[in-house]
Amino acid sequence: MSLLELKDISKIYGNLHALDHVNLTVDQGEWIAIMGPSGSGKSTMMNIISCMDKPTTGQVIFDGRDITKDSRRKLTEFHRDKIGLVFQQFHLINYLNAVENVMVAQYYHSMPDEKEALEALERVGLKDRAKHLPSQLSGGEQQRVCIARALINSPSLILADEPTGNLDEANENIVLDLFRQLHKEGTSLIVVTHDPEVGEVAQRIVRLEHGKIASDKKNEQFAE
Amino acid sequence: MNKKHRMFIRMVMASLLRRRSRMIVALLAIVVGATILSGLGMIYYDVPRQMSAQFRSYGANVILTPSDGTALKDSAVNQSMAFFPSEQLEGYTPYRYENTKLHNLPVTLAGTDFASVLKTSPYWHIAGTLPNQNGQTLVGKHIAEQFGLRVGDSLEPINSFEVTEDMDVTALLPEEVYTDPATGERYCDHILSLTVAGILETGGSEEDYIYVTLSDLKDFTLTDRGYDIVEVSAAAREDALKGYLTAINQQVSGVSAKVVKRVTASESTVLSKLESLVLIVTIVVLALTMICVATTMMAVITERRREIGLRKALGALDSSIVAEFLSEGLVLGGIGGLIGSILGYLFADVVSMNVFSSAITFRPLLLPITIVVSVVVTGLACLIPIRSAVDVDPALVLKGE
Ligand SMILES: Nc1ncnc2c1ncn2[C@@H]1O[C@H](COP(=O)(O)OP(=O)(O)O)[C@@H](O)[C@H]1O
Ligand SMILES: [Mg+2]
Repeated sequence: MSLLELKDISKIYGNLHALDHVNLTVDQGEWIAIMGPSGSGKSTMMNIISCMDKPTTGQVIFDGRDITKDSRRKLTEFHRDKIGLVFQQFHLINYLNAVENVMVAQYYHSMPDEKEALEALERVGLKDRAKHLPSQLSGGEQQRVCIARALINSPSLILADEPTGNLDEANENIVLDLFRQLHKEGTSLIVVTHDPEVGEVAQRIVRLEHGKIASDKKNEQFAE
Repeated sequence: MNKKHRMFIRMVMASLLRRRSRMIVALLAIVVGATILSGLGMIYYDVPRQMSAQFRSYGANVILTPSDGTALKDSAVNQSMAFFPSEQLEGYTPYRYENTKLHNLPVTLAGTDFASVLKTSPYWHIAGTLPNQNGQTLVGKHIAEQFGLRVGDSLEPINSFEVTEDMDVTALLPEEVYTDPATGERYCDHILSLTVAGILETGGSEEDYIYVTLSDLKDFTLTDRGYDIVEVSAAAREDALKGYLTAINQQVSGVSAKVVKRVTASESTVLSKLESLVLIVTIVVLALTMICVATTMMAVITERRREIGLRKALGALDSSIVAEFLSEGLVLGGIGGLIGSILGYLFADVVSMNVFSSAITFRPLLLPITIVVSVVVTGLACLIPIRSAVDVDPALVLKGE
């Protein structure tokens, strides 16, 4: 069974069709890159998948359930169980240290557990930075904290909107390595990027143009 | 306490301690508000007391006089005093007036109790000291000028009378008594030897008297007929005072008790006007402070919209976000209230010292009141911006620049 299905999704702002009759199916464990020029509707699509935004028309089927009709509270609960988010601007809470930032995700999900949070930081190679505040971390380190936070609740899907947009090449590679690991463990990944290097490591590449899917193909170079 | 509660406290404390500069701004606003609230509160409570004391320092507010034209006896005075609650009775002073002669000129001696006289006449301005033993006198300024008296001088008023059989003559010196050879009647020129301890200046009729102790006056006149007037200073409001006086007039025979009307009446009106003035000022300042705290908290929370969006994106329910931010506000409100109520006391004390020249009474009750008000005000002030911040669309605030 597919993990996620977008059925005839449109998002209309005034007379602007940010998404225009989009259909997309994501299988469990798939790693998809969403590419396309700026303004093509990538972020809009991510927000709809992550339940932060509702489509104007169409249905989102997650784990076989139509979540478009769910109440906001239900959506929130659903989202925090299933989805981990990685942002271009990291969005760490600036007065909490690295491990506390990870624990916030546990806190809203179920139970904070410092030991588990430290293990998540260890996975992203930041065990010795656990007590540092975001301002004391480099951009790459902050993004790794953000990834640790996204994976702490073992989501079935990680959504990353331009995760390497603010990173140098070395940090970009660290982040991509982490994605590779997560993929191996069976986590589904949807990564929005306009950087071809980031797109090319995904299993499948979806191109958006003017709110429509322009192409959707398997990546031949994908290395398992 | 489970891990969730611990994390909650950890986040709230981290926000308070690690965002110190922001929090200090908010705390400052709350402290200023709480200081003004508790300071004005204490002044509001203390002003009537302070002002009453001030007003009473312009004289006694009750006088007792004999209702039958004779004199007041000790028993009647004591009986009357029992009608005043002891904590309200600040003091009373008896006066007995006797006419006599000094250097052959008529003068009036006033016998009184120097130990209590300043309680009922605190405005007395004395050059020198108040007499503290028999043989000393306090001389009114007019008398002092008339007879050229200064502190340390002596004076000898003379009481001339015919000595009759029934008189107790033990106080008389043999050389004071002489017999008229023509009629055989005995006369006496009884002398009271006095030393001037102080000169009294009041601007009023008191300056025309020579004040002596009651026992000197008794020895001088050979009688103890009682008092002509008793002045009373009572810390009671007008209505209560009237009640006491009615009871005295009805139940103590021979005593007529009166309010010294002008002082007491104006005391009450001025006091109630002052009270409402302080109350209005307190309310206005409190409202202004609330606005100030509210805008500060609004600014502090508005700049955290992105954080609120993030928490929502991590699955926070609106209620938990409200709880977190509100707790921060409540902790700040509590700390600010505590600091403010202490500063407010100092503030009120400084004001009281400068305006009334007396220390303020610390009202312990104002401490919890200030803390509660400051917690509630801060909570309300936070609630408005939190409510609107919780409505933020996480997709919007988390979007790239
Ligand atoms: N909240 C919004 N209100 C109005 N227009 C929006 C809003 N969000 C996005 N858009 C518009 O929708 C289009 C797609 O935006 P977006 O999904 O952010 O593009 P991308 O992420 O691919 O750069 C853009 O033209 C953008 O201006
Ligand atoms: Mg975008």
